[in-house]
Amino acid sequence: MTTALLAGTTRDELWPDPVIDCDVHANVPSLEALFPYLSRHWVAWCTERGWHGPVGGVNLAYPPGSDRSCRPEWRPADRPPASELGLLQQHVLDPWRVERAILTCYYAVDALRHPDWAAALARAVNDWLVAEWLDRDPRLAGTLVVPARDPAAMIEEIHRVGDHPGFVQVLLPVRHAALWGQRQFHPVFQAMTEHGLVAGLHFGGVTTDAPSSTGYSSYYVEEYAAEWQSFTAQVTSLVSEGVFQVCPELRVSVLEGGFTWLPVWGWRMDKEWKGLRREVPWLDRRPLEIIREHMRFSVAPADLGTREQTATVLEWLGSDDMLMFATDYPHGYDDDIAQLLAAAPPAMRPRLMADTARDWYRL
Amino acid sequence: MTGRYVVGRVADIPEGGRVLVEVGGRQVGVFNVGGSFYGLINRCPHKGAEMCKGNVVAGLTSARPGEFEYDEGTALLMCPWHGWEFDVRTGQSWFDPRTRLRTYDVAVAGPDEVEGMPVADRVTDRVAGPYVAETVEVGVEDGYVVVDLRKARKARATRETPEARPTEPAGKGGDR
Repeated sequence: MTTALLAGTTRDELWPDPVIDCDVHANVPSLEALFPYLSRHWVAWCTERGWHGPVGGVNLAYPPGSDRSCRPEWRPADRPPASELGLLQQHVLDPWRVERAILTCYYAVDALRHPDWAAALARAVNDWLVAEWLDRDPRLAGTLVVPARDPAAMIEEIHRVGDHPGFVQVLLPVRHAALWGQRQFHPVFQAMTEHGLVAGLHFGGVTTDAPSSTGYSSYYVEEYAAEWQSFTAQVTSLVSEGVFQVCPELRVSVLEGGFTWLPVWGWRMDKEWKGLRREVPWLDRRPLEIIREHMRFSVAPADLGTREQTATVLEWLGSDDMLMFATDYPHGYDDDIAQLLAAAPPAMRPRLMADTARDWYRL
Repeated sequence: MTGRYVVGRVADIPEGGRVLVEVGGRQVGVFNVGGSFYGLINRCPHKGAEMCKGNVVAGLTSARPGEFEYDEGTALLMCPWHGWEFDVRTGQSWFDPRTRLRTYDVAVAGPDEVEGMPVADRVTDRVAGPYVAETVEVGVEDGYVVVDLRKARKARATRETPEARPTEPAGKGGDR
């Protein structure tokens, strides 16, 4: 599989020029690993109760033993996958010779309802990311986590660490108690733009509501296959609520959410906008135009068809600048970056592999 | 498309009102906007709907969420099929950077005034659409509203715009 190990090909055969990986993951190996970054009060809060971490963490969507959760070649024998920098370097940063990689850690901080504990845990995760990842490999650029149930606390954390040169993005779990475009979050997006941070709309999130728009599914296969519903709902919300009129500088990365749905969604949205424009009169342009200006999409996982079909979808995107390469380390999907590159017009390829992400994240 | 037709008395079409008439084999909607009369052929240049049966609404724009600029000086006819907005006075569409309706100039051929064809452009914050509805001239003469089909302006659709990108499916941008 090309994205994983460059098996059957080499980095240079596949793509000789620069590579930026816009979506690699760090897993918190254990709650105890965060103790050095928590105050004694919060450490005691955990130890006194025998608490071992947020329920509904990464394991909710990714069962620990599944090959989806970690490609077998990347699974260490004695530690959780992707739980330390050395693994990431060995598996992705070195073999891919990445120019930069955008690191994201989903630790389900948004699952916590205790407002102070959620904020404390978000701080700990961010400080752990800085100390054990970002400060130790200049190729990494980080995504900070926020206590997503509390807009004021989100803003506080963005102000606290947003100027650290290692952070370029804020993690917004795609599943959330509310749609991200709504008014209570506008100040959060303003805080992001103040610090020049990208909003990273990413797979995951723990909500009281069902992950689908119409109830709980029975199987993981349904969840993976239907996750784009959550992404389209959030993208539609961000556009319709006028977030980009409030924050004209805002950039949103759509990560681990696919992209083939975008043109079809866009046609629908453009059409509805023509007829129902009076409801949202701040939308002075077609929604797809707004998307092209304010959003970029990672390519893993990708819902690729044949080369011809893929080429058609890429053409429908209407821009060579929408997609950003990602390995989605350590998750295991069947995407074939060689197939995607073959389907992409030549002008798009360097954009997709590095240039777009470099510009987008101001790397 | 020849000749001038009396379609009613001024008093029959109060401000904000309209009549739909058939003259010279064509259906024409005659609208009273702020005391002036305007005429539109009853056929949407987009998909041919009887557009003159749609709601007439005021202009509405916004600089940002929660702020509304309600402009009662603008009269927009919303086509009942797709909700697209056309300026009653000029036929200009305002929904989409590609479409426009064609207005017929409905002049009031009264003893003291003849309303020409105003080229209104009040909705300046919005991008003009590609369609212009077909307009006819309407006048008032001695208190009678007169439609003049000799001064019709054909509907048109501009096509050469930056919006005509390959992202659109064949046809007009994914319209129903």
